[in-house]
Amino acid sequence: MTDPALSGDTTSATVRDTPVAGSAAQSRSSADETRPRQRARRKHRGAAVIWAVLAWLAALVFFFPVLWMVLTAFKYERAAYTDPPTLWFSPTLEQFQAVLASGVGTTLLNSAFATLVSTTCVLVLGIPAAFALSLRPVKKTKDVLFFFLSTKMLPIVAVIVPLYVIVNRIGLLDNIWTLIILYTGMNLPIAIWMMRSFFLEVPAELLEAASMDGASLWTAVRRVILPLVSPGIAATALICVIFSWNEFFFAVNLTAVRAQTAPVSLVGFITGEGLFWARLSAASTLAALPVVIAGWVAQNKLVRGLSFGAIK
Amino acid sequence: MATIAYQTASCLYEGAANPAVDRLTLEVDDGEFIVLVGPSGSGKSTALRMLAGLEDIDEGNITINGKDMVGVPSKDRDIAMVFQNYALYPSMTVAENMGFALKMRGVPAGERRRQVEQAAELLDLSDFLDRKPAKLSGGQRQRVAMGRAIVREPQVFCMDEPLSNLDAKLRVQTRTQIAALQRRLGTTTVYVTHDQVEAMTMGDRVAVLKDGKLQQFAAPTELYDAPVNAFVAGFIGSPAMNLVPALVTSEGVQLGESTLPLERDRLAALHRQELSSVTVGLRPEQLEVVPAGQGIDVRIDLVEELGSESYVHAHLVDDRGGASTRLVARSHRRAPGRLGETIGLRHGAGSVHVFHPDTGARIDGEEMSARVGTGV
Repeated sequence: MTDPALSGDTTSATVRDTPVAGSAAQSRSSADETRPRQRARRKHRGAAVIWAVLAWLAALVFFFPVLWMVLTAFKYERAAYTDPPTLWFSPTLEQFQAVLASGVGTTLLNSAFATLVSTTCVLVLGIPAAFALSLRPVKKTKDVLFFFLSTKMLPIVAVIVPLYVIVNRIGLLDNIWTLIILYTGMNLPIAIWMMRSFFLEVPAELLEAASMDGASLWTAVRRVILPLVSPGIAATALICVIFSWNEFFFAVNLTAVRAQTAPVSLVGFITGEGLFWARLSAASTLAALPVVIAGWVAQNKLVRGLSFGAIK
Repeated sequence: MATIAYQTASCLYEGAANPAVDRLTLEVDDGEFIVLVGPSGSGKSTALRMLAGLEDIDEGNITINGKDMVGVPSKDRDIAMVFQNYALYPSMTVAENMGFALKMRGVPAGERRRQVEQAAELLDLSDFLDRKPAKLSGGQRQRVAMGRAIVREPQVFCMDEPLSNLDAKLRVQTRTQIAALQRRLGTTTVYVTHDQVEAMTMGDRVAVLKDGKLQQFAAPTELYDAPVNAFVAGFIGSPAMNLVPALVTSEGVQLGESTLPLERDRLAALHRQELSSVTVGLRPEQLEVVPAGQGIDVRIDLVEELGSESYVHAHLVDDRGGASTRLVARSHRRAPGRLGETIGLRHGAGSVHVFHPDTGARIDGEEMSARVGTGV
């Protein structure tokens, strides 16, 4: 590159774009043409540094509470209360042991069961629905889609009392299957809308080509369409997992002991005798861990996105 | 190997006023290459998709080898299709794409590989068998789409504008390759295009469609020499045939000041139909540029130089029927005239085409009409 000052710069794409044009200009003509370019480049670079600093600041502001939670989880209760708060402490696993001993394991298992089963149900019901609503549209497709969306318009608080009465009458209070049904119903509209947008990207000719090649509809969907939309399905599944795992309102109202989920059990650490910051942090860290791991695992698929190379 | 017959086959889209394909009747011989051509919305793609089983046959029927295809799903028709956007399976490699149909048929892996490699060699794709379609150029993707069709050795090839996504040079090259490949394989082929040059150069016979209706189904040269109506006349040939209104006189038809003579039996036909004016069709390549006064006098509006030839766009100097009777002539000379200059256009070899002013139907003398037959 022509400008040695730029060679180490990786912060801004606009800065990196210019040297090619700049070198052409330099070889072609005199200095009075190149100077304004260099000045412009320096200006770009300054802006890039400012943006980078701002971005880091914003990221830190958002990440700090999470970091503090994780740090606090490794403190003794005494160290968690110091004023001013301290970053230097002797770490311990005591809080995690206490949390696990207090029976949080059962609630984590309940959460995991409700999450996995409801997400599976959502995918089993949602994938065919999204397929039909995108690749096989009929006259009332728009109305059906609106109906799905409309189920999300009523606030859950407004239905909790009748819901409680119904669940009580059919004897499903404090039963994990109640939550599974509710979570499936809660996530299904979002999942269908999300997956539909991925299915819409699939050209209809692919299905036609597969059927000309002698594939049945099921084979065509399984071998041709699903590999294409799998990143979209992964993204949808992740959203469903997060929503179900973190769901609090249904769980706190419709479960008690047997079917209690992790978010509800966390509240148990906020008691009348006082807050147990370190223990609450340890429990929260444990509860957040599965979602973080799921996001990490799905990340590759999510980022890869949809690549429809066969089209044009 | 198959014969195809459309028998008054129609396709009606829901909510549409007119059928997309209206009582189409066509017979395709075994091993023939036929081209369906027409402007957009003419129903040519729909007609092809009806054959492929991707569109319902609402009335009439289509037979392959005499077997009725109504209600037969496309996967059971043994037809291979090349799509406009190729529709390659993005998640599969080139080899998997080409072998997919064989796999569906239960051909063992070794045999599949052999057939795919054979087809790949034919299409110069051997080096790309393990690549995904996204890593191929447009021309290579087009060849993979062709390969996917030929590997199967189907009864019929359907091709839906397979060249329209290629650049002009590659299109000409691929055009000849496809035509040669089809001759070699001898597979009955139905090819859809909106490009009349493709239609003329590739097809054994060409079906011209407009608004879902078949206009004419004939060999390319016959379409050129004896178009059955003004639409076919204007569609086939480049630059398009000049279709201009003219008065009927006792010797022929009058354009501006000059008269183009007609044969006696054609004049008789005009008089029998009591027509005082007709639409006259003059091919640009039949118009010769001559000095003013020696032909139809026109004033030059534009000259397009193509190097090997030039197109002269002009309008009639003495125009009684209005100011905008325009004519295009093709000249083999460079700079046949300057802008605004008045020149003459002489009608050279070949006959003048005469069409009914309202219906656009071709008007011939007795023995001519017997030869051309009815295409509408």
